Amino acid sequence: MSGANDPYDPKEVAALTPDVLQAAVEKAREEFGSAADLDALAAVKPAHLGDRSPLLQARREIGALPPQARSEAGKRVNEAQALVKAAYEDRLARLKVERDERVLREEGVDVTLPWDRRPRGARHPITTLSERIGDVFIGMGYEIAEGPELEGEWFNFDALNFKKDHPARTMQDTFYAGEEGSGLVLRTHTSPVQVRALVGRELPVYVVCPGRTFRTDELDATHTPVFNQVEGLAVDKGLTMAHLKGTLDAFAKAIFGDEAHVRLRPSFFPFTEPSAELDVWFTAKKGGPGWVEWGGCGMVNPNVLRACGVDPDVYSGFAFGMGIERTLQFRDGIPDMRDMVEGDVRFTLPFGTEA
Amino acid sequence: MRIPVSWLIQQLELTEDHRDIGATEIAAAFIRVGIEVEEVLPLGPVTGPVVVGRVAQIEELTGFKKPIRYCTVEIGEPEEDGEQPLTTQVVCGATNFVEGDVVVVALPGAVLPGDFTIAERKTYGRVSRGMICAADELGLGDDHSGILVLPVDDDVAPGDDAIELLGLTDTVIELAPTPDRGYCLSMRGLARELACALDLGFIDPAAIEVPAAENRAIAVDLVAEGACSRFAVRRVTGVDPTAPTPWHIRRTLMLAGIRSISLAVDVTNFVMLELGQPMHAFDTSRVRGGLTVRRAVAGEKLVTLDDVERTLDPDDIVISDESGPISLAGVMGGASTEVRADSTDILLEAAVWDPPSIARAVRRHKLPSEASRRYERVVDPALPPVALERAARLLRQYGEGSIQPGRTDEGSPHAPAPVVMAMDLPDRVAGARYARGVTAARLQQIGCRVEVGAAEDGTPEVTAFPPSWRADLTQPADLVEEVLRLQGYETIPSVLPTAPAGHGLTPTQRRRRHVSRTLAEQGYVEVLPFPFVSPQVWDAFGLDADDVRRRTVRVRNPLESDRDQLATTLLPGLLDTLARNVSRGAKDVALFHIGQVVLPHAEARPMPDVAVTGRPDDEQFAALAAALPAQPTHVAVVLAGNHQRAGWWGGGEAASWADAVRAAQVVAEAAGVELTVSADVLAPWHPGRCARLSVGGFPVGHAGELHPKVVEALGLPKRTCAMELDLDLLPVRQRKVVPVVSPYPPVLLDVALVVDDEVPAAELTDTLRGGGGDLLEELNLFDVFSGTQVGEGKRSLAYSLRFRATDRTLTVEEATAARDAAVAAATERHGATLRG
Repeated sequence: MSGANDPYDPKEVAALTPDVLQAAVEKAREEFGSAADLDALAAVKPAHLGDRSPLLQARREIGALPPQARSEAGKRVNEAQALVKAAYEDRLARLKVERDERVLREEGVDVTLPWDRRPRGARHPITTLSERIGDVFIGMGYEIAEGPELEGEWFNFDALNFKKDHPARTMQDTFYAGEEGSGLVLRTHTSPVQVRALVGRELPVYVVCPGRTFRTDELDATHTPVFNQVEGLAVDKGLTMAHLKGTLDAFAKAIFGDEAHVRLRPSFFPFTEPSAELDVWFTAKKGGPGWVEWGGCGMVNPNVLRACGVDPDVYSGFAFGMGIERTLQFRDGIPDMRDMVEGDVRFTLPFGTEA
Repeated sequence: MRIPVSWLIQQLELTEDHRDIGATEIAAAFIRVGIEVEEVLPLGPVTGPVVVGRVAQIEELTGFKKPIRYCTVEIGEPEEDGEQPLTTQVVCGATNFVEGDVVVVALPGAVLPGDFTIAERKTYGRVSRGMICAADELGLGDDHSGILVLPVDDDVAPGDDAIELLGLTDTVIELAPTPDRGYCLSMRGLARELACALDLGFIDPAAIEVPAAENRAIAVDLVAEGACSRFAVRRVTGVDPTAPTPWHIRRTLMLAGIRSISLAVDVTNFVMLELGQPMHAFDTSRVRGGLTVRRAVAGEKLVTLDDVERTLDPDDIVISDESGPISLAGVMGGASTEVRADSTDILLEAAVWDPPSIARAVRRHKLPSEASRRYERVVDPALPPVALERAARLLRQYGEGSIQPGRTDEGSPHAPAPVVMAMDLPDRVAGARYARGVTAARLQQIGCRVEVGAAEDGTPEVTAFPPSWRADLTQPADLVEEVLRLQGYETIPSVLPTAPAGHGLTPTQRRRRHVSRTLAEQGYVEVLPFPFVSPQVWDAFGLDADDVRRRTVRVRNPLESDRDQLATTLLPGLLDTLARNVSRGAKDVALFHIGQVVLPHAEARPMPDVAVTGRPDDEQFAALAAALPAQPTHVAVVLAGNHQRAGWWGGGEAASWADAVRAAQVVAEAAGVELTVSADVLAPWHPGRCARLSVGGFPVGHAGELHPKVVEALGLPKRTCAMELDLDLLPVRQRKVVPVVSPYPPVLLDVALVVDDEVPAAELTDTLRGGGGDLLEELNLFDVFSGTQVGEGKRSLAYSLRFRATDRTLTVEEATAARDAAVAAATERHGATLRG
């Protein structure tokens, strides 16, 4: 723009007048603004920013100006061009955002549709509870011992101080296997594993023995002829019944929560002396917190230690055992034991893969 | 054993504190000292007018389907002389009574157990004002064979309150003493335990004076070595066979669940309940000559009281007379000498038998009885003469019998040996500190004579001489238990011991858990089927006659007689479970089981007889182990229906042989071993769809689709698939191969090879892998094609190969050379040609 005191008469070039430039900017703004999508914007871009756009053409006219006016005119054109470019970029950014939003919107799905083409399976809660119990004792320093399900009577009875023809032996409702005189039984408890552990391991021994056991009980809501037990055995110098109680209290808390603890009632097992029945204080008991029969325990009978080559004058030990089905049954309130043995997937699936 | 509280309390020296002791406290006391309480059963409740009645008149009503009586019953004395006694009329359906009998009548307004209210009512065309009661209706036992007829007793008159007379406010406790406490199968033993538990004095019912025998009652020859430690008999003559059993004896028997038979038999049963000594009553007039106690001769026969003829075993102990066996000792008497309705001359027998012999006889003849239950455990050997005296006196008192002076008492029972124990052993075992004198006091309380002394090293020790009924006290630990249980287990503190640091799970245990979890994640559901199978399953499986899987161990006493074999494979149990799920409506089922199977040796190996006095030596231990069948841990899966479900996304994918093989590979991968798959033919699999699974060239299992005939025979869904492998055969991976991860770019090349149909893909793949050398990082079979383009009997397998060097950027030329080497190996080994 010429100043009032310009010493020369400016030569007017129409394309470079502020009005014209302003009009070009306005037009560009308007057309960019009304471009509905990126394609439309691309279509109108050359008209305002291309070689033939009014502003570029105006720029070419600068040379026609007197030297003193060129700088100012150039500045004007540049400003106009910057405005047009900004208008384009604005619109472009805006349209891109709109497009991205639209694409994402269009790609939306119903995420509530199921996609269980290959559902996971499940582990039996008996297995996971056994493992959980094993882990509790591993944490106390124990190891897990295992043995065969078809056992020699020597391991299942003789070494455990079951006298031949004593009611304690016949009360076990044993499955006898093999021919008469074969000495084979399906183990009635996991205690033979304790014998194997005592005979086969270095002292001191701290083991738990989970496993499948067998008794000739007909299958009903609270009995099954094939069931699982976990037994624990600790033989060391100076072990007492107080240690047995302490171990069981810790075990009960790990499985049933901090309020759980145990109560011992005198009882009889050939392989322990003194022996006790074991109750656990179960807060989630139906009808309110109370004692629930859980298993048996006691101090290892010196006769058993002797049969396994351990000197009862030097070593003492304790043992305990409980049914895993029974534990699961009262822990989870399973009304019918048959559900645990029949293998209906509808029972097992909800348990998932961990206890 | 069921026992009324009132009977137990009689033997206690009750203090003021315990005067009103209730059944609940008594039950708790029993539990505290280790006598299990099965049930606490208050009798009744019976309220309202229940009275003694005398049947005055019986009118038989006719025209009904069963005999019905209309009875007039006297229920009270006349208030003034000359007046008629009070009577009531009752309709009654029982017929086991006659006019003049004394009965129990519940009058209108009375309420019997079960909230049964008696009211006047019209029935069978008459008005019945009350009910003549059977024992069970009054809550006394479960006898409903007829109404309760009471013995005539001068002290009992019509109108007397029957609730008090019959003791209907008592409580019965059912106790289950552990098998080591034989003495607790009696009122004497239980009352003693109760006295100990409550720290009260005890009145021993066996403490009666037994006069010295003047001579023998009958000649007895005790010849069975070790069978009988004491045999005593006594004779009571002139017993009135019609004498009724007194009410208190009948009631005790009734509440214990023993039927009343006759005075003589009832008395022997009563003394058994009271003292714990089983007894038998012979009719002396039917015994021929003297008695011999001996083992039976093979083939000898005896008709027992239940009128069953039993063939005796040489291990049975019998009492015989000149005619042969007349009693199966300790188990059941014989019919020929049993006390009958006319017997007046009674020979009472009380003996102590060898417990194992009795236990075996009971099992052999399947004849558990009240007597054998006691003899199997232990019977106080001091009891026989006492029990005889008690029973004889009861026969004299209630049957007007005459006790004969002679008593035969053969045998010489041993007193239990003394047990020496360090005085502080109970404290050391309990981990508690007991007050001074506790040990000796507790041992005395249970009946031991106690001497306190010092061991050689000067430490205090106690010598306990167990009483005759405590033959179970043989070692210090037994004494410790007595002290601890009477002190109360609740006084033992709770202390967690510190175990030495353990090693955690073994590699095998970790592997089994991992396999189990992996299969579950793969869609399989774990089941735990029983190991019992029927031999028919092997036929259904199509196993050859000499197939090793038919060689099973038999269960001698199976629950289901047709399932008496222990499974040699996990598949029968799994397939059973699969079928059960399908029958309950499941369609897509995939199951797994990890468990032991039992694989017997070709020849059964004898089980050595090993003592328990000390550790078996290594040779014995090895022999014990060798006698057991092998019991490896197997893992198996079965699957049917879709392995990938159909849904809104489209169709499902049927479970196939390939899923079964894949399951095996998943197991192998979880175990960290490489599995080789090759074709095989083995029942029960489809001969064209059966894969043998091997590790290091050693077969470990099979997988594939089941044979259609097996599927049909077992009623399984079509195309059911299965896999089973022996986990124990998989080597435990010691160390992982650490891969070299190359940062250089790979060269990717594809190759399609045409080979004969018979060439297994696994072998071709292995050959390519070998031929490709170290540069071949990975190869992937991405297409299998057969059709006319590749020629008859041929197929094309297309692989993508990825080559990479660990130390440089591989050139295409190098990669191509390696590929060519791989192809050349395939050509040489399998006649493969490159598909153009």
